[in-house]
Amino acid sequence: MKIVARDGDNIIAEVDSVRKEASVMLLGEEVAVGDYVIVHAGFAISRLDEEYAEETLRLMREVFLSEDMA
Amino acid sequence: MKFQDEFRDRTLVQNMADNIRKMAEKLKAPVNFMEVCGTHTMSIYQYGIRSLLPENVRLVSGPGCPVCVTPVGYLDKALACTADPHNIVATFGDMLRVPGSHSSLMEERAKGADIRIVYSPMDAVALARNNPERKVIFLGVGFETTAPTIAASILAAAAQKLTNFCVLASHKTMPVPMEILTADPELNLGGYLCPAHVSTVIGGNAYKPLAEKYRIPCVVTGFEPADVMQGIEMLLAQVLRGESRVEIQYSRAVSWEGNKKAQGILHQLFEPSDAVWRGLGLLPGSGLAIRAEYAAFDAENILSFDIPEPIENRACRCGDVLKGKLSPFDCPLFSTVCTPESPVGACMVSSEGTCAAAYKYGR
Repeated sequence: MKIVARDGDNIIAEVDSVRKEASVMLLGEEVAVGDYVIVHAGFAISRLDEEYAEETLRLMREVFLSEDMA
Repeated sequence: MKFQDEFRDRTLVQNMADNIRKMAEKLKAPVNFMEVCGTHTMSIYQYGIRSLLPENVRLVSGPGCPVCVTPVGYLDKALACTADPHNIVATFGDMLRVPGSHSSLMEERAKGADIRIVYSPMDAVALARNNPERKVIFLGVGFETTAPTIAASILAAAAQKLTNFCVLASHKTMPVPMEILTADPELNLGGYLCPAHVSTVIGGNAYKPLAEKYRIPCVVTGFEPADVMQGIEMLLAQVLRGESRVEIQYSRAVSWEGNKKAQGILHQLFEPSDAVWRGLGLLPGSGLAIRAEYAAFDAENILSFDIPEPIENRACRCGDVLKGKLSPFDCPLFSTVCTPESPVGACMVSSEGTCAAAYKYGR
């Protein structure tokens, strides 16, 4: 879910236009509005790393969406 | 939605499936991979992942749904709590229909018991604050993903000096049952798709002893279709090379160390304990008990339970389904007497249950 607002340990996160309140007190790293987090039972438990996401996708696409595969 | 649509690309997934089929031609014997995460179970059924795989690469679902592995005896304790009108029992919604020996929370609520569904354990703390004359008992069920959130709720209740909030804890921890299942010759497992959300907390390192001791490949995998396919491909590659390592496919959310802060709060509140798993029985060190310092918030400590021996429906095969030994479709109760509307066993109740997923999405 994408963080759309933050006030102290409390955030509002959104996915598919659904907004939920959550706490970031269990997160060991700083997060800010615009970051993506996994929310479980009202708590953000992990921040989604954009660089790793892009890297995973790049590798997948490079191997499996190249012309000679089609 | 970013980080979601890209991992559902049909062409990408089809090409990955083609590659897995090519790799599988080199297998000397069929291989069984187990997933132990309710979200994987749902995803695999929802996207028809099994239909994309060759016959010699089989996926089996393990004990990945926390509600499903919760024993009947725990339900009976929760039901006993509802009998006192002074109590409010707060729970996650998926516990509601799980059958106890004689009843379910749903049935008791229909009869007038005060049972509240909450989204977060913090909502249960708020219930206690707003109802100072009542006792709020929260049903703490879940793996390492949920346990820190419940630990946080106990800390919040302690900080607010609430004396009417407690947790009936039945937390389970993941790597232990995986060891038991790996050692089971009947299952003959060749690799694990390790859970996504649990691993955000415990980290990839948690599976290293398992991979080393039992020489079994482990890949921490995300739950979008392209993630699952890549996880399977990584497992297959290890099998073909004769390796048994831990790899992290889901690197955008899972690190090797995991979420240290969540682990810290978890261990502050809980200590390892023996736990009974539906289907697997008593597994030493596979559960979490509330530490003595926080006994004032432990329902087991402040309430006295006198529960008769729990009764399980003898025809129910949830135990075998949870061990991956029985496909839901081979259970005589499946979709005949056991349906999501009227479940006999827990695997049909939770949306993350293997039978519920099989019922909803078909083969």
